[in-house]
Amino acid sequence: MRLPRNHPIPWTLVCFLTPVILWLFLLIVLPHIDLLLMSLRREDATGATSWSIANYLLFFKEPIYWLTFVRTAIYSIIVTFLTFVIALPVAFYITKVAAFRFQGFLTMLLLLPFWVSELVRVYGWMILLRESGIVNHFLLRFGILERPVEMLYNDATMVMGLVYTSMLFMVIPLISVLENLDDSLIEAAYDLGGTMWSIVFRIIIPHAVPGIVAGSIVVFMLTLGNYLTPNLLGGKNSLWFTEQIYNQFIASFNWNQGSAFGFLLLVLSSLVVWAGLKLSGQKLSRVMK
Amino acid sequence: MRRACLCVFLLIAFIFAGLSFASAQSLSLLTWKGYAPKVLVDKFKEETGIDVNVTYTNNEEMIAKLRATRGAGFDLAQPSQDRISSVQELYRIYQPVDLSRVDTGQIIGSMLEAVKKNTLVDGKSHAVPFCWGTSGMIVNKKFAPDVTDYIDLLNPAYEGRVSYRLKRPTLIALAFAMGNDPFALYGDEAAYKTLMEKVGQAMIDAKPLVKTYWTNGDALLQSIRSEEVHVAMAWDNGGWKLHGENPAIDFLAPKSGALGWIDTFAIPAKAKNLDGAYLWINFMLRPENAAVFTNLEKTPTASAGAMKLTDAAVRDNFERSFPPEAIDNIKWYPPVPARLESIEGEILDKVKASR
Repeated sequence: MRLPRNHPIPWTLVCFLTPVILWLFLLIVLPHIDLLLMSLRREDATGATSWSIANYLLFFKEPIYWLTFVRTAIYSIIVTFLTFVIALPVAFYITKVAAFRFQGFLTMLLLLPFWVSELVRVYGWMILLRESGIVNHFLLRFGILERPVEMLYNDATMVMGLVYTSMLFMVIPLISVLENLDDSLIEAAYDLGGTMWSIVFRIIIPHAVPGIVAGSIVVFMLTLGNYLTPNLLGGKNSLWFTEQIYNQFIASFNWNQGSAFGFLLLVLSSLVVWAGLKLSGQKLSRVMK
Repeated sequence: MRRACLCVFLLIAFIFAGLSFASAQSLSLLTWKGYAPKVLVDKFKEETGIDVNVTYTNNEEMIAKLRATRGAGFDLAQPSQDRISSVQELYRIYQPVDLSRVDTGQIIGSMLEAVKKNTLVDGKSHAVPFCWGTSGMIVNKKFAPDVTDYIDLLNPAYEGRVSYRLKRPTLIALAFAMGNDPFALYGDEAAYKTLMEKVGQAMIDAKPLVKTYWTNGDALLQSIRSEEVHVAMAWDNGGWKLHGENPAIDFLAPKSGALGWIDTFAIPAKAKNLDGAYLWINFMLRPENAAVFTNLEKTPTASAGAMKLTDAAVRDNFERSFPPEAIDNIKWYPPVPARLESIEGEILDKVKASR
């Protein structure tokens, strides 16, 4: 095809767009097509494959699979909510209360833990919380406990680890929306006799909704797709749905089933996000701005 | 047009950078933690000029990695001998070993023959033995003096002090301890499934006793060392390492038999550096090098002359944990049929998901 002379090929655009398109196509679209095809095939006892939706049916037939998914989704929602509850005051403090010159410094402090990998941070928690760990050592030393308790390997620790891991992804969008909040609105509310709670619920949160929803989507998706933190901190009781996928691929050699679970995770989590957007009356295009 | 040239030039530069990086003399080794000690990697580099790039993994991930690339990306892998033939039949991820290029004189004859026989697919052998060991119990005698068998993993006396892997060896060990012979049922899928469901149920019932299901050998040793775990199912060498630090802790060959494994050298189907792979096999099985490995890892090798060169302490370990009758009682893994792994996988999922 010949391009008209007055339209030269936009080389700069091509240069910058190529990596993005290659990335999307080679690393995301192609593997997903492959996974989708794989998830629709089933291997019989002789190793021959045929088309079938049995992999998807198994998810609904076998309670441990869908129960694991429900459990994972519920815990992810709890984590998202807790992250929001902790992140909102932090974001508010940074944008409205702290002196302007400290704002950058405080954001930096939040960012700092994310300079080390998630694995290292989780091992850090394990060193702190294990039975022979640092926290137990001090509790014993000060006579608060008589014998060490195991703080790892339970759901509370796992949720705490996940909240810690996802904090940043909630704080940053909240900071960016709260920066646009006019201080005079809050002052006016105080002048008109508003209490702290009425200001939070009637001024700050309604204003911050796009940031809250954006942060929640990111936190929810990251938590749902997390493998490391639930596995290491949750220990024996933490069957996370991602672990089911891993087990199908690695332990059972059943890639077809694993792909089906992967797709179910994608579809079901998208449904949860869609439901969340509907409930909060937000539009994805507005939230992601 | 200058910009276009620049873009093309940059792309070409990137491609060449990638190629030249890949073509440097190197050997990609897919193996277990500790199987390529730094001293030996350095010595190998000095002798042959080949860099060894080591990736640590386990049996299941090894198979998954090679299956994903249909046997490309690595020049040499070290799967256990019982996990080769069925996988090879299904996925064709290895190539036959050219025994004329292996210095077979260095290898203990009986072990070489056993591995050759067990990895036979289409009349060709796919592996040579490297090292061997057993799975059994690591026990802290100070807290758990009465442990004799795998069944103590389910013993309420050790509540909160027990750890094992959620992997197939645990199922097999508990099946033996309950008085069955799972290996005899390898050919009978239905009977095997019934047996494993029984074992799985026992594990679910005893789940509250478990501290955690370990996945990483070093992490397990750390919890035994700090006396958080008193009874564990694990590899013999871990127990011997800890015995050196704390005499109360030792490896114990269980009454129903330690589970014997042999880890091998197998060459992936699309290995690039074949010469390097054979060089490394012969290098690692040379008695003086094998002895270095055994002294570090406390794991005996298939190298014929190496035992003489190892430290006395290493030999003591073996004699202490394995009286002659315990050696005769070692249950060696026969090659596992492929379908069994999905049965086991499902049961292990149920154990993990139970409350």
